[in-house]
Amino acid sequence: MSRQRGGTGLLWASLLMAFALALWPLPDYLAVLRPNWLALVLCYWVLETPRRAGLGVAFALGLCADVVFGTLLGEQALRLCVIAFILLRFRAQLRYFTLLQQALAVLALLLNDRVVVLMVRALAGEGWPPASFWIAPLVGAVLWPWIFLLLDDVRLRLRAREPS
Amino acid sequence: MAQPGSSSGNLFVEGGAGTLKLLAYLALAAVLMVADHRGGYLGTLRSTAGLLTGPIYRLASAPADLARGARAHFTSQQSLLSENAALRQQLLLANARMDRLAGVQVENQRLRELLGGTHGLQLNVQLASLIGIDLDPFRHRLVIDAGSRRGVAEGLAVIDGDGLVGQVLRVTPANATVILVSDPSHAVPVQVVRTGLRAIAYGTGRTDLLEVPSIPLSADLRVGDVLETSGMGGRFPAGFRVGTIESLHPDDTRLFMVAEARPAARLDRGGEVLLVWSTPDAVEEVGPPVPPELRRTEPAQEAVP
Repeated sequence: MSRQRGGTGLLWASLLMAFALALWPLPDYLAVLRPNWLALVLCYWVLETPRRAGLGVAFALGLCADVVFGTLLGEQALRLCVIAFILLRFRAQLRYFTLLQQALAVLALLLNDRVVVLMVRALAGEGWPPASFWIAPLVGAVLWPWIFLLLDDVRLRLRAREPS
Repeated sequence: MAQPGSSSGNLFVEGGAGTLKLLAYLALAAVLMVADHRGGYLGTLRSTAGLLTGPIYRLASAPADLARGARAHFTSQQSLLSENAALRQQLLLANARMDRLAGVQVENQRLRELLGGTHGLQLNVQLASLIGIDLDPFRHRLVIDAGSRRGVAEGLAVIDGDGLVGQVLRVTPANATVILVSDPSHAVPVQVVRTGLRAIAYGTGRTDLLEVPSIPLSADLRVGDVLETSGMGGRFPAGFRVGTIESLHPDDTRLFMVAEARPAARLDRGGEVLLVWSTPDAVEEVGPPVPPELRRTEPAQEAVP
């Protein structure tokens, strides 16, 4: 486990960054474009180091997100668990996809996530969201390759620096 | 089913997660959601966990605060001067209006004393700043920097300089979440200033639109009428401006009218808000006396769950 210590630091740092980005104030017309940062970062870690970021981490992270974002306790936990599970199931295939294919897969994941949100909101008796509700997954998919490359690069640099 | 994260731990882990584990987590999440939604049993858990959110909020709002600080630092003296002049003018106007209102209030108090009933006219006010973070663009919530440590409680009305902003939804020791009047799940009892017609204004999910349904066709309501809180139900103190009627049209049944109103408060962004509550000073009770253990409970709430 010791050789993964640097990666663990990066894991927490990137998740904290995702929280900060998700809370970052944006004007109204840009706020609908805000991607699900937490899901994107979690995707990376589940794909790369599934032993550290599995369902349990996804669930705990989701509970934190529920408290921070003030959503129904358990909503984000459920969403992130669903994402992590699908990723773990198809991890072997996804890892050999090109970045473009991965981005498409992430798009499907994020759209599925939106459907889950819709189900939760319907059960909680909240209204039907506007059409702009569906834009954020597209932005997330477009951002995926860059997030992937950035995190990968930083992680490999950290690992190279660490004495093995 | 393959064991999650099997011992090899290499790149070729098959079926990295067990379905059983997923189901357990999903069930746990569902139980949590129901408990949170139905009973609010998790209030104490939330408020203790809320202690952790303070630093994250501060981290996320730091860049915006920095930008605001930089802007304030580099504003030219000219614009400061002009802003100062404008504010002075506003202050004068507000003072003049206040003087008149003070006169009216004294008169009102006297008339009420004549009538023998005192209805909580004492308003308590507390200033709070918005924390520059967005929660969810599809839910209309704000976070303010005052919490239960400063006496904020759930259900307090929140106003800004122009009108009603919303009410406190959730309180943690250092922060509080405010639900805006424009949230689709929010409703506020209003009355028309001109005629006294009572109605309920619902949020629509747009920060520039409120909906006032179920107005009788015969009601006297025009475009341009101003809505203010009616104080019904006891949650919002009466007399705060809520919005202005912008359009009127019959609803689907053609038996009632629906009015669309523009919120008076600047909901999209503002620096500071005021928390307002009225102290019910010696309200005359009607009917049999209420047992003391029931007296402490909140009055009926307006927010539609």
